[in-house]
Amino acid sequence: MNDHIDLNRLRDPSFIAAVEAQSGQNVSTCYQCGNCTAGCPAGFAYDMPVSQIMRGVQLGLRDSVLHSRSIWMCLSCSTCSQRCPNNIDVAAVMETLRHMARKAGYVTVPKMEKFWLSFLNTVRLFGRSHEIGTMALYMMRSLRVFTDVDLAPTAIAKGKLGLLPHIPPGGAKPVARIFQRYKERARREGVRP
Amino acid sequence: MRIGVFICHCGSNIAGTVDCAKVAAIARSWPDVVYAVDPMYTCAEPGQAAIEAAIHEHKLDGVVVASCSPRMHEPTFRRTVERAGLNRYMFEMANIREHVSWIGKDMEANTNKAAELVRLAVEKLRHDVPLTAKQFDVTKRVLVIGGGVAGIQAALDCAEGGVPVVLVEREATIGGKMAKLDKTFPTVDCSACILGPKMVDVAQHPNITLYACAEVEEVSGYVGNFTVKIRKRATYVDWNKCTGCGACTEKCPSKKTPDAFNEATGTTTAITIAFPQAIPKKAVINPQYCRQLTKGKCGVCAKICPTGAIMYDMQDEIVTEEVGSIVAATGYDLMDWTVYKEYGGGTYPDVITSLQYERLMSASGPTGGHIVRPSDGREPKNIVFVQCVGSRDKSVGRPYCSGFCCMYTAKQAILTKDHIPDSQSYVFYMDIRAPGKMYDEFTRRAMEEYGTEYIRGRVSHIYPDGNGRLTVMGVDTLLGRQVEIKADLVVLAVGIEASRGAPQLAEKLRISYDNHGFFMESHVKLKPVETNTAGVFLAGVCQGAKDIPASVAQGSAAAAKVLGLFAKDKLESDPQIAQVDIQRCVACGKCLRCCPFGAIKGTEFRGEPKVQVIETVCQGCGLCTSTCPQGAIQLQHSTDNQILAEVNALCQC
Amino acid sequence: MNVAYYPGCSAKGSSKDYEISTQAVCRALNITLEEIPGWNCCGSTPAHAVDTELSAALCARNLDIAASQGAKLLLTPCPSCLSNLRAASQRMEKPEFRQRVNELLDTPAAETFPEVLSVMQGIAMQLDKENLALRVKKTLKGLRLAAYYGCLMSRPADRMRFEDPENPQLMEDLLTACGAEMVDFPLKTACCGAAFGIPERAMTARNSGRILELAARLDVDAVITACPLCQMNLDLRQTQAGRALNTRFHMPVVYFTQMLGLALGLPRKQLGLNKLAVSADKLLGKLDDPRLADAEGGQQS
Repeated sequence: MNDHIDLNRLRDPSFIAAVEAQSGQNVSTCYQCGNCTAGCPAGFAYDMPVSQIMRGVQLGLRDSVLHSRSIWMCLSCSTCSQRCPNNIDVAAVMETLRHMARKAGYVTVPKMEKFWLSFLNTVRLFGRSHEIGTMALYMMRSLRVFTDVDLAPTAIAKGKLGLLPHIPPGGAKPVARIFQRYKERARREGVRP
Repeated sequence: MRIGVFICHCGSNIAGTVDCAKVAAIARSWPDVVYAVDPMYTCAEPGQAAIEAAIHEHKLDGVVVASCSPRMHEPTFRRTVERAGLNRYMFEMANIREHVSWIGKDMEANTNKAAELVRLAVEKLRHDVPLTAKQFDVTKRVLVIGGGVAGIQAALDCAEGGVPVVLVEREATIGGKMAKLDKTFPTVDCSACILGPKMVDVAQHPNITLYACAEVEEVSGYVGNFTVKIRKRATYVDWNKCTGCGACTEKCPSKKTPDAFNEATGTTTAITIAFPQAIPKKAVINPQYCRQLTKGKCGVCAKICPTGAIMYDMQDEIVTEEVGSIVAATGYDLMDWTVYKEYGGGTYPDVITSLQYERLMSASGPTGGHIVRPSDGREPKNIVFVQCVGSRDKSVGRPYCSGFCCMYTAKQAILTKDHIPDSQSYVFYMDIRAPGKMYDEFTRRAMEEYGTEYIRGRVSHIYPDGNGRLTVMGVDTLLGRQVEIKADLVVLAVGIEASRGAPQLAEKLRISYDNHGFFMESHVKLKPVETNTAGVFLAGVCQGAKDIPASVAQGSAAAAKVLGLFAKDKLESDPQIAQVDIQRCVACGKCLRCCPFGAIKGTEFRGEPKVQVIETVCQGCGLCTSTCPQGAIQLQHSTDNQILAEVNALCQC
Repeated sequence: MNVAYYPGCSAKGSSKDYEISTQAVCRALNITLEEIPGWNCCGSTPAHAVDTELSAALCARNLDIAASQGAKLLLTPCPSCLSNLRAASQRMEKPEFRQRVNELLDTPAAETFPEVLSVMQGIAMQLDKENLALRVKKTLKGLRLAAYYGCLMSRPADRMRFEDPENPQLMEDLLTACGAEMVDFPLKTACCGAAFGIPERAMTARNSGRILELAARLDVDAVITACPLCQMNLDLRQTQAGRALNTRFHMPVVYFTQMLGLALGLPRKQLGLNKLAVSADKLLGKLDDPRLADAEGGQQS
């Protein structure tokens, strides 16, 4: 498991260049102070701390970075970017890695993707997100039937859970078309939508 | 004219990408060139001997060397041709290293460009005339700006060498930052005990004139003959009468004055003597807090003063000093760390700077040397040190390393354990930079003998936990884990920046400074205390981060340069300066206004107004020659005719 | 002041209270909110987590409609919507990106979009602290509050341009003008756990727990939020957060618009205070306490 990393074999300079191009960040300016990790509110759920993700990118260790759980657990709160002494938008690097992983078909934390796709499905169907719809779709996809049922009574009593979706006047079609074109283009370009 | 050309290989530095033999061969085809060769190392002793031999053998009356930058070896080769009997200004240099071989890899293009540069040098030489340097007297006095340890060392060494010194210090006392320190690394000896005697020597040395509470207002002149105006700020105390008895400071009712010497860790009185060992030991009134000066009523100090030294109506005074050389030793300030809002931005009393911590540890500090929390006066047990706050941090515009924080943090951790044996110190660091003698051993001692917990990583957030302690959110990158510490006191190793006003002083001194306000040395390795302005030298942190030993060494180095300069009774001026053709001058005065050195003055010739160049002041920059509408001013050895000859040679190629 | 208005999806569901109090306060302050006709979801976190261009396309449609209505300024109460709309505007300044996004839209988007700001900024634009203080009918004096902005309002700094990204003060300024005592709340821009409440409950419970824990220790009467998701995590999920830290919290989590509404003397029914999961009754009781009213020194009606 923890055998040495064969850098001749595993180092992928094209990966470093791709991450830098897509994120717009120069990862070589990272000097591994760890400030991103120090302030990360999601760090406890990471398998690799964010500073080690940055290190992995610097070394071009494409596979270990793109298969990490961390890139899926990032909250996108940008605390890391705010406090980086080298002005690196670390959150943008994390997001880039997530996009790259998805497009390559690596989904290390499937429930996160299932949640996002459930959410986006309601947007596609109704034009606006719908909490109960998202929950229902997510429960079906993830087989987590009891997620947050403890909250439902309060939420319903307080009138905070609209049972029916809220569709914009004029309908949801224009939004559905955006999704449609997005999917078609992804297929044309050979990436996972 | 008979010209010899030497195309230097500089080992492989030039020959690696320039065909030197070919350049020499091409040179032989040019007019007046009677000899051209390509030696391996022209600047070496055999190389210079070969030039001398060629001058004799081929009866040369001018020499061109194509090699490195003239900044490097022009003086060397001028001496060479002089030894062989030529005028030292019958020599030209073409820079085919920095300007050619180091910046391009294309052998053919480089060779062509090198040949062109050599051609220009030959054309210039063909129009050169022998020049002779003028000699002028030297004022053998030195101005030292800044009375920190570097300036003190420079002043004492110059004074001991017999040179009168004018020492200007902006604060009320000399001693600088070192005077505020409790102990010094790596020996943990008392800072005041080792600096104190030097400060006393400054006060007592017959060769040293000290102006405290004073700043350099204006500098004019040139090496050997500077005129300096010094502003002595009003202290509202006649120092000729003040005996430093301190009676005034005991009775002053304005007791809430921020104590600058103690880094605002305590308060003092509006009339104050910085600290017991202050030099000069004289009282100073802070006009912002003095009741007499702000409200017009009080006068307690005037009543109490036994010598009648108090002068509420004192004004700033300008004094003028003539000196032959200047040493800048203006030191540093801490950067404004309050930009770190994630550390509270200065709003949490128990998050302090390391310099404040020095004052808390110092027996002469506001707590008498007891380490206590500023918030509640309790003794802290868990102390967190955070390094690199405002160092190596591009996001706050401080990309450089402050150099000595690793060491003083280790020292502070050790001293903390001495002061409070049941305390625990933690140090957040990125790298430990301890390359000095016994330095690394010292940081190891902090860890191994004093139980300091070193944690490799930065701190992201410091905030009060609501229970009277501070939550420190950091990381241990070696473990790859976030860490959290509840601290009683947090000490920030705040990075340094150039002393307030450093760029403005640099402009007065006509020396260069970098992006961060640190003064530029003449050569980063070989001329570390010289500047590009002759006669102005540097010492200490004003040139870049350094610790006490290095600052002292530079102080002595600068003093050696001053003494070396003053070893000559007369200095020679460079004759490559502007010269006025008195017939053509129409006295329009444009040159007078554009000269940055004040080197041109009005004169009269046969009843007509004219201008004249002051030869010792002119730096040969050429601004006047390009400004003169009549072409009446020519820069010797860069005359219009020479430049046109170069252009003609280049354009026909 | 007439401005385009983007309520965001939660306004129609989990943050109805934020929506109605926003409407009520803006009405009272003569800010006319013109809802973008046929607006759609900005895509929230899931869209940009999946694809930046998809996220920008969903936002661009809204920005385009607002632009076509001639809007120069667009307000939204939700920081997540604000972040996405501003990100889309910023990214679409690059022609290549704009081209890719336009490919996803029915028709290419307008070349210039309205400036998008938060409702909080809009209110501060409409009247400064001094003028707000003059409008206060029911002082909040006696209330000790913690302003909690969440992570998105001020970060990333170059996108949001919302005050000092580490230590914003706008909410404090508004509520201090209303008489409240605002504590220094160092976790004001910490992340509550965001949208992870559903897929990764432990994350949200832990992060929200830390925020509530500090607020409780600072002995505040309420945490004041400006974000629907933060409010839900801190309020509706407060029991989960307490469980994660082996404790129980009783901390009202109130929208800043609800507090402003109280101070402006708006009818409480218009502010949706009854929709809070953790009751604000104690807080309201304090506000109604005649002893406190006396202590006002006749400053207010």
